[in-house]
Amino acid sequence: MTEAAVLPSGALADPPQAPTLLYLDGITVTFDGFRALDSLSLILAPGELRAVIGPNGAGKTTMMDVITGKTRPDAGRALFRDEHDLTRLDEAAIAELGIGRKFQKPTVFETQTVWDNVLLALAGDRRARRAFRFGETAEERERIEQVLTTVRLLEHRHRLAGGLSHGQKQWLEIAMLLAQDPELLLVDEPVAGMTDAETEQTAELLVAINRDHSVIVVEHDMHFVRALGCKVTCLHEGRVLAEGSIDRVSNDPRVIEVYLGR
Amino acid sequence: MGVLLRLVLCLALLIFAAFIQAPPTRAQQAAEDPVAAIAAASGFDELARAIDRLAVSGHPQALAIVEALRAGTLGQRAADRALLWRDAEGRFRDAATGEVVEGVSPRDVRPIRVNNRVRRSLDAALGALQLASPDPRVRLSAAERVFRARDPEAIPVLEAQIARETDPRIRRAMEWARAAALLASDRDVAAKVEAVATIRTRYDLDARGLLASLRDEPPEVMEAASAAIRAIDRHLALVHAAQDVVFGLSLGSVLLLAAIGLAITFGVMGVINMAHGEMVMLGAYTTFVVQDWIRDNAPHLFDHSLFIALPLAFVVAALAGVLIERTIIRFLYGRPLETLLATFGLSLMLQQAVRVIFGPNNREVGNPSWMSGSIELFELMLTRNRVAIIVFGFAVFFALLLVIRRTRLGLEMRAVTQNRRMAGSMGIRVPWIDSLTFALGSGVAGLAGVALSQIDNVSPNLGQGYIIDSFMVVVFGGVGNLWGTLVAAYTLGIVNKLLEPFAGAVLGKIAVLVLLVLFIQVKPRGLFPLKGRAVEA
Amino acid sequence: MLRALIGDRAVVMVAALVLAGAIGVAFANQSLPPTHELHASVFAVGLIGKYLCFALLALAIDLVWGYAGILSLGHGVFWGLGGYAMGMHLMRLIGPRGVYGHPVLPDFMVFLNWTELPWYWRGFDQAWFALLMVVLVPSVLAFVFGWLAFRSRVTGVYLSIITQALTYATMLAFFRNDMGFGGNNGLTDFRELFGFSLRDDGTRVGLMLASAVAVVLGLILCRLIVASRFGKVLIAVRDAESRVRFLGYRPEAYKLAALVVSAALAGIAGALYVPQVGIINPSEFAPTFSIEAVIWVAVGGRGTLAGAVLGAVLVNALKSWFTTAMPDLWLFALGGLFILVTLLMPKGVLGLVSALPTAFSRRGVIAERPA
Repeated sequence: MTEAAVLPSGALADPPQAPTLLYLDGITVTFDGFRALDSLSLILAPGELRAVIGPNGAGKTTMMDVITGKTRPDAGRALFRDEHDLTRLDEAAIAELGIGRKFQKPTVFETQTVWDNVLLALAGDRRARRAFRFGETAEERERIEQVLTTVRLLEHRHRLAGGLSHGQKQWLEIAMLLAQDPELLLVDEPVAGMTDAETEQTAELLVAINRDHSVIVVEHDMHFVRALGCKVTCLHEGRVLAEGSIDRVSNDPRVIEVYLGR
Repeated sequence: MGVLLRLVLCLALLIFAAFIQAPPTRAQQAAEDPVAAIAAASGFDELARAIDRLAVSGHPQALAIVEALRAGTLGQRAADRALLWRDAEGRFRDAATGEVVEGVSPRDVRPIRVNNRVRRSLDAALGALQLASPDPRVRLSAAERVFRARDPEAIPVLEAQIARETDPRIRRAMEWARAAALLASDRDVAAKVEAVATIRTRYDLDARGLLASLRDEPPEVMEAASAAIRAIDRHLALVHAAQDVVFGLSLGSVLLLAAIGLAITFGVMGVINMAHGEMVMLGAYTTFVVQDWIRDNAPHLFDHSLFIALPLAFVVAALAGVLIERTIIRFLYGRPLETLLATFGLSLMLQQAVRVIFGPNNREVGNPSWMSGSIELFELMLTRNRVAIIVFGFAVFFALLLVIRRTRLGLEMRAVTQNRRMAGSMGIRVPWIDSLTFALGSGVAGLAGVALSQIDNVSPNLGQGYIIDSFMVVVFGGVGNLWGTLVAAYTLGIVNKLLEPFAGAVLGKIAVLVLLVLFIQVKPRGLFPLKGRAVEA
Repeated sequence: MLRALIGDRAVVMVAALVLAGAIGVAFANQSLPPTHELHASVFAVGLIGKYLCFALLALAIDLVWGYAGILSLGHGVFWGLGGYAMGMHLMRLIGPRGVYGHPVLPDFMVFLNWTELPWYWRGFDQAWFALLMVVLVPSVLAFVFGWLAFRSRVTGVYLSIITQALTYATMLAFFRNDMGFGGNNGLTDFRELFGFSLRDDGTRVGLMLASAVAVVLGLILCRLIVASRFGKVLIAVRDAESRVRFLGYRPEAYKLAALVVSAALAGIAGALYVPQVGIINPSEFAPTFSIEAVIWVAVGGRGTLAGAVLGAVLVNALKSWFTTAMPDLWLFALGGLFILVTLLMPKGVLGLVSALPTAFSRRGVIAERPA
């Protein structure tokens, strides 16, 4: 049973008041009896930057998996732009709708150059029959250079991605997200393993990205979350425990108990 | 208790009967002795009547005399007209007592000739005598013979014997024989319809043939016969299907034995050991070596050779497995495709090594006596080696299940199967578990080799044929689930055998392969998949 | 496009080597007298021609294994089907010259008391039809198989074993007499091709040269594929398939296209092979042959194209030498090669060659390290 199902019958049919970009409704995911998500609901407005926090096993990554089509929920709906039900689409279709994802562990194409990594991510026709092309157009080249400049990797463009440092790989992945130019970015622990300076730069980068894109960031680093200065959602045991400004959430006694500690 | 009591009573009766029969008077003997009557017979008719009397006389030598007459070895000594017959060793025996008589020259004995009239009497006498034989096997085969011969003249003898028969199986055979004879007689319709109903209960091809051969009988009989034929056909189809299922079970056991070791290593380590089939082969050759040694040094142990071979095969294959794991697979961890290639190379080398040592041809591995022959179970003929393999397959399966469910090793293996990294960080020595897993999986393959040596050719190529089948079983059943392997092995075995009558062996096999490929479309992780995030990563 | 083509020096060098070598052997056979010490016998020409066919098969395998991460252990099925298509054409060309002298039916059908040509043998008397089938039959099989397998995301060892099962099942099927492909004995006793007698030395030289040209064209095609955007996606799929999905690509479409091209190449290789060896039978579908072909690629260097060609020629030359010099040891050598290459030379011979300079410089670094 989803939460939505026990609501009065009219409640679900009502379209949300303000326009929404992402509308998760009663998402439940079970792995061998373990409820990774327990009728999770979440609403994201267009252009919003949202930080999602929570202890290990709270369901943060599983939520990302559901949004990007990697995991099919047992129940619930995930609407994108009020019209596309993400639970019925596969990963590629969701990516083409305009949802990009950066993984917790940086995954770049290690045997290819930094340049080619971004080239592969570049928005464009993804069909195999259109892929018999060589080099890139002037427009594409300009865009790649621009993105690589943003993440300060332009001088490394001919290196193999596998040879980059951990932080550089994180940035390369962000660069790929930028090149993909999705409407919504899902960023999973972008500052794990970064130095303080890098963390700060990454926060600035995300805020800058947020000017043109909606972003959901999953992160443990509270300094980083505070630096983002956005609305925060705290997950616990597959449900939303608290939601609101960083100050409100971090002062919520339940959040302090399960996550922040005293 | 009742049975015992009845037995004792029977015994007592027998002894009592023996006592009153034991001292016959000489006068009786002269008047009633059928042997003397044969000796005195002049002319074929008289001889035939003497034989008829002999048949019902209960004379202890009656059967021997009738058989000697049929074989033409009964003769009469010219000097005293005594009846003598020659046994298989060429010695003369006294017809009345069956004792050897020394010093008789074949020239002194005039053979007794027979004509067709006498021969008929002999056949009837033989049938009747055998029906009354103390040996139940002789009685049974006599009843079967009458069933085939359908001789109406045998009816009185049969009826007499049916009343006396205690073994229900033989009595049923006699009733069938009587019914068959009855159908050939000129009895009334009711009796014949009843006979058809009796014959129908045989439910076999002989009964069907007999009923189908009926001609010019009254319509009631013909109707009953054709209904009976339909019933028999239905029954036979059922029996055939059951037989196919049993064949399928035995093929399934072979698949299970070959696949289960692979299921363990693939489940725990995620690598395919292409040399797994060669572990099976090593087990089979171990059996060969053991039997070879036994033949030369301790022939009396031959019936136990498999029990000696089992632990040895396990150890040989397990050691080979550990060696492979330590020297090759360990260095290829995380590269399953390379592991596949390297172990395939190894399988080539192992095959060639065996070819060089033992020669390229099939080696003779014998079945111990307790595994040859067949047993009959509810009309199903089961060869003993099939039964043994089915039993062995289950035994190995449950032994493995016990190891995995109940031992420390099993617990740690399951942990590594589910999450290798987590298991490592919990203090489980993952490389050590890998080695032991490989030893266990290979050892079980060795056991499979012992079993396969009993039904397949022991040649260097023995293992090669099993690797694809085994993998299919593992895929079908779902990785990391022994029950899945069990169900998959038996399903594939039975489907294969059920398809065979329609499609032939080769097409059946192809069909199974194609079905499997299609099955993977629907359930890529097999029948009983493991779930969870660890699996998806 | 041209820049992409010549961008890989090893490929250019191997292509040049193949062409030069084939022309050289052809010249040594045709223009040098048999007494000349550089004269190439017809046997040598046939051997080189065979190696070149194997090289094309290896190239086909490298395209899917080296660049798309699909370890096919059943490429023999595409090779064999191409070979059978060619064999059927050659069989039809025998015409009434067969042992039984039947105007249409091949000998083995007469032997089986068949009276009519099965429907799937129709059209094979036409060269264009046969050549079309050489490419089409393996491609269609690859398309159907790949579509089913990739759609349900069967990867890794699962896929490998299923390809193995595919070729195994095909072998069993072709062993059957009533399949209409000559059963156990296969198709043989060929006479001519395109009007040239297969017993002429000139025809054999021509076939060898054609194989060389096919290998070079195959190299060009594969090089263009892997250097294009398509190839970059393919490599990305090989390295991180799920990541590619999240970028909005459908890996199955890319893998399927690569598999179909690869199957077509393998079919052509098989079709070139059959007239040169004079027979095609179900043993070409044997699982072992397909795995052996994979090791040619591994020996030469996976994912390099040039390495596949080198490896195929190298391993098969080694095989020819072993099977005449010490036949009992060949399987040990081959098995050892499997283990050696996977364990110690993951990048193959080509990787070894290109790693030499780095190895030297690394030794220098170690020497400088303080003790």
